[in-house]
Amino acid sequence: MVKIDAKIPEGPIAQKWENYKANQKLVNPANKRKLDIIVVGTGLAGASAAASFGEMGFNVKVFTIQDSPRRAHSIAAQGGINAAKNYPNDGDSIYRLFYDTVKGGDYRAREANVHRLAEVSNSIIDQCVAQGVPFAREYGGLLDNRSFGGAQVSRTFYAKGQTGQQLLLGAYQALMRQVNAGSVKLHTRNEMVEIVMVDGKARGIISRNLVTGKLERHFGHAVVLATGGYGNTFFLSTNAMGSNGSAAWKAYKKGAMFANPCFAQIHPTCIPVHGEFQSKLTLMSESLRNDGRIWVPKKKEDAEAIRAGKLKPTEIAEEDRDYYLERRYPAFGNLVPRDVASRAAKERCDAGFGVGTTGLAVYLDFKSSIERLGRDAIEARYGNLFQMYEKIVDDNPYETPMMIYPAIHYTMGGIWVDYELQTTVPGLFSAGEANFSDHGANRLGASALMQGLADGYFVLPYTVQNYLADDIATPRMTTEEKEFEEAEKAAKSHFEKLMDIKGNRSVDSIHKELGLVMWDFVGMARNKEGLEQAIEKIQAIKKEFWSNVRIPGSEEDMNVELEKAARLADFIEIGELMARDALHREESCGGHFREEYQTEEGEALRQDDKFAYTGCWLFKGEDQEPELHKEELKFEVVKLVQRNYK
Amino acid sequence: MSSTLGSSIGKKLLMSLSGLFLIMFLLVHLTVNSFLLIPDGGEFFNAGAHFMATTPAIRVIEPLLAIGFLIHILYGIKLTLENRKARGSARYASGKKTTGVTWASQNMLVLGITIGAFLVLHIAHFWVKMKLTGDPLLEHTTITIGGVETEVENAYALVNHTFSYLWIVIVYVVAAVGLAIHLSHGFWSAFQTIGFSNQIWRKRLTVLGNIFAFVIGFGFSIIPVLQYLFYQG
Amino acid sequence: MENSINIKLKVWRQAGPKAKGRFETYELSNISTDSSFLEMLDILNEQLINKGEEPVAFDHDCREGICGMCSLYINGRPHGPDDDVTTCQLHMRKFKDGQTITIEPWRSAGFPVIKDLIVDRTAFDQIIAAGGYVSVNTGGIPDANAIPIPKPDADEAMDAASCIGCGACVAACKNGSAMLFVSAKVSQMALLPQGRVEGARRAKNMVAKMDELGFGNCTNTGACEVECPKGISLANIARLNREFLKAKAQD
Repeated sequence: MVKIDAKIPEGPIAQKWENYKANQKLVNPANKRKLDIIVVGTGLAGASAAASFGEMGFNVKVFTIQDSPRRAHSIAAQGGINAAKNYPNDGDSIYRLFYDTVKGGDYRAREANVHRLAEVSNSIIDQCVAQGVPFAREYGGLLDNRSFGGAQVSRTFYAKGQTGQQLLLGAYQALMRQVNAGSVKLHTRNEMVEIVMVDGKARGIISRNLVTGKLERHFGHAVVLATGGYGNTFFLSTNAMGSNGSAAWKAYKKGAMFANPCFAQIHPTCIPVHGEFQSKLTLMSESLRNDGRIWVPKKKEDAEAIRAGKLKPTEIAEEDRDYYLERRYPAFGNLVPRDVASRAAKERCDAGFGVGTTGLAVYLDFKSSIERLGRDAIEARYGNLFQMYEKIVDDNPYETPMMIYPAIHYTMGGIWVDYELQTTVPGLFSAGEANFSDHGANRLGASALMQGLADGYFVLPYTVQNYLADDIATPRMTTEEKEFEEAEKAAKSHFEKLMDIKGNRSVDSIHKELGLVMWDFVGMARNKEGLEQAIEKIQAIKKEFWSNVRIPGSEEDMNVELEKAARLADFIEIGELMARDALHREESCGGHFREEYQTEEGEALRQDDKFAYTGCWLFKGEDQEPELHKEELKFEVVKLVQRNYK
Repeated sequence: MSSTLGSSIGKKLLMSLSGLFLIMFLLVHLTVNSFLLIPDGGEFFNAGAHFMATTPAIRVIEPLLAIGFLIHILYGIKLTLENRKARGSARYASGKKTTGVTWASQNMLVLGITIGAFLVLHIAHFWVKMKLTGDPLLEHTTITIGGVETEVENAYALVNHTFSYLWIVIVYVVAAVGLAIHLSHGFWSAFQTIGFSNQIWRKRLTVLGNIFAFVIGFGFSIIPVLQYLFYQG
Repeated sequence: MENSINIKLKVWRQAGPKAKGRFETYELSNISTDSSFLEMLDILNEQLINKGEEPVAFDHDCREGICGMCSLYINGRPHGPDDDVTTCQLHMRKFKDGQTITIEPWRSAGFPVIKDLIVDRTAFDQIIAAGGYVSVNTGGIPDANAIPIPKPDADEAMDAASCIGCGACVAACKNGSAMLFVSAKVSQMALLPQGRVEGARRAKNMVAKMDELGFGNCTNTGACEVECPKGISLANIARLNREFLKAKAQD
């Protein structure tokens, strides 16, 4: 029987991590060489963990589906990374970053983890600067900060609009340094397809070489999954085309619990959908909300005229504009957290005030900032974002307001992990977006980069070592063992089964169908009836997929359609679990908004007496209902109140 | 040292330094040649040629010049061959439509071969005759250098005679134009390779290179043309 | 405004690294000019799958112009006929109705074809592994503000660091040279005090690896700079030359 034990260390919150480190077990250098660690994924969390393990002297094998570790989707994070440095002297502290993150997550995160995150945040900035990450600086030569949603201090460090890129390149370079040193072996275009269990512990993986199609066996004393989120369940999202939830799903099927799957973040500032052929959505950094003002027309007839192309936004007088975020949330204004901003946009569009040809867009206007600061200042801050917008939409945002609409961006839910980032499967760890920790029901801007790097640089190196200290007597296994053979056989038959369907529909066409169901029923606003419908619809899609998908080519070759199909098979099941989780959570919190539970003003209404827990789902077999376990959340420091950004 | 010169940047350093050396040579050469345009029956030019022939420094520089040419030619060929290999055997079916890339920069070897071919002819016309075989036209003449009557070779007569043939004049003009195009890229490129360039200097060097190329090209064209048109007989 | 065009595609198809490739011609109609180039290829692939044929394999991932995964040599230019964009940000409004579009993989000995339009760019990783980093381990680091860095230096380092490693520079270069890529990393590090410490070692090792992997010699044509989707400047190559020659002179 799997038992939930978060293994939170003793002591007051600010001492827990210190206590843990003081008491953890260590592995001596001679033994480290004999221990193998598998890291799947090379985003911020995976690359930083793998590099750190390598530096420590472990023998590391790292896997990425892309041609290079540098392609991981962390690279696309634009805005910045938070840290409690308090360089601007505006009253920030570790406690405040901790508090803001718990509050921003609508009180559904584990306090101890979040506090640790805030504690190590400062070391991340130090580490990255030492690696040569070119953060933005002031004329005095010191680091510059900007403010982000959900915070009243400026604690976000940034490198133009490419912060994720620069941080990832820093971690990637540290990783390549270890590859050069021989402590890390890099496997590119190689996808984990199965976890190998030996005596109840994760002891390796089966991977598919995406160039040859061959299955490979790899042994590790411990396995770390840093494979990102499952936002692509929605088909259209800001995730990269290759981002997928399959590694996490394989872990789930091996007994790792999946926590809070319904907590998905809808990002308020994305370029609106423009047609059915659309393949993905493009994010416009949240940092734009620092200087952009969000509005829709005050009068419905103006909105209608704009939709019909008869009126231009610049022709609408100042008094006829509804700056609805500033109106509803005077204290935070355009910088309210993402979930709040997204829902407010949906509310306006649903009420008929939306713009763009579809009516599913609102304006993000830089006019007053350009007047106040000058075009050059705006260009220096957001030049690359404006250029990107213009390339996609063919509109000049310096002259006419940008159009934006919410889109799926990040998944707070993920594999359940304890304080050590270990899953309910011994020896299987999870880091970054792939795990559920730290962000509760809603992630604040510039916190994903912080969490990924915190996990990889400053948490896993301690906790995995603590786990491996008991494993120094375990010799390297040969991959000829029967467990490896069976796992490979299972993976092989899975792929053969997919190839054998030989149906009539492309993978994408079924994925789009799934995406629409997800967006309509498991999206920004959910209700009981809709979620029940969604589960039925998803089950029908699953049937359709397994009987009617068509995958050309062969499994023993590079086969992009087969890769996509295997991922979609998992997305369908993830989608169902998301709906199930959303259905059971009868409250509104953060990214999870149940229409039945809202205040009179339409704000999210939590049910702390019933749902102040992490919902952890345990796999019970194919086509069986999963079993819900609860990790009760104890708030010793933070007081639970309704979030108020007014 | 061998590892430096064996590296890609090292090989290019040799191209750059030999190129800059040849650029210096061109400047001196053009200066002396410009004496051909002084309508004094070649006296000043002969004085200059005599100076060049008798100054010990030039004797040292002459073999250096030959080495400079050799290095520039041999490494130019070597680099081009290596680059063709690095490019791979497949070519783009849709061609190259990158804008803003000068024709010269893409065709330095072709230009170099043109200049090289001309060089053979040029050496045969003048250097061989003046240094090795001699020529009746080079019979000594007497000029005044610094108030002293000096007997010198009549290099002017040889030049003047050579440029009485139209085909030679045309060949020289074509070569001068080729050289100018070669320099329009080579000049700034030489500085870029030794690292003497940045965002600002790149523009300056390109402008300077174009001016230099024009002066060299125009200078070396106009001399044979004027010699042919106005200095015969 | 929404418009649609009909186009003819000439696409390079190659079954595997050693297979002989050829161009295939496809016709597509009613392509919205608002769709991206890769969405157009998605439509082509959807049609191929529905006909039971193998779809065209091409590299792509983020579709936001930052991961560097997409490539494609389109109508004579890496990343196609628009400036300062990657293929994923190229839109069909850049093409005319009835136009023939030729799509080829990157062509360079350093980037062998894997399948169809996908090439192997791991050489870039090997070059980074040879020295494209600051040799610091995790932890034990001084405060981030301990060393002030002049803003112009930090900004210039950031410009160099914008390189996405897509390989368009190599694809555009008639010499198959990787100098722009290498110089961007060497420059970024050379401009920062943290990177200066091992500047000489880095320049030597990265150039040696680049040469070893068979990339060509830079002849300063500048095609790489024109085609770089991130506008990495040729000035970086001058700095690399400087760094390398200085490092060698110190030996």
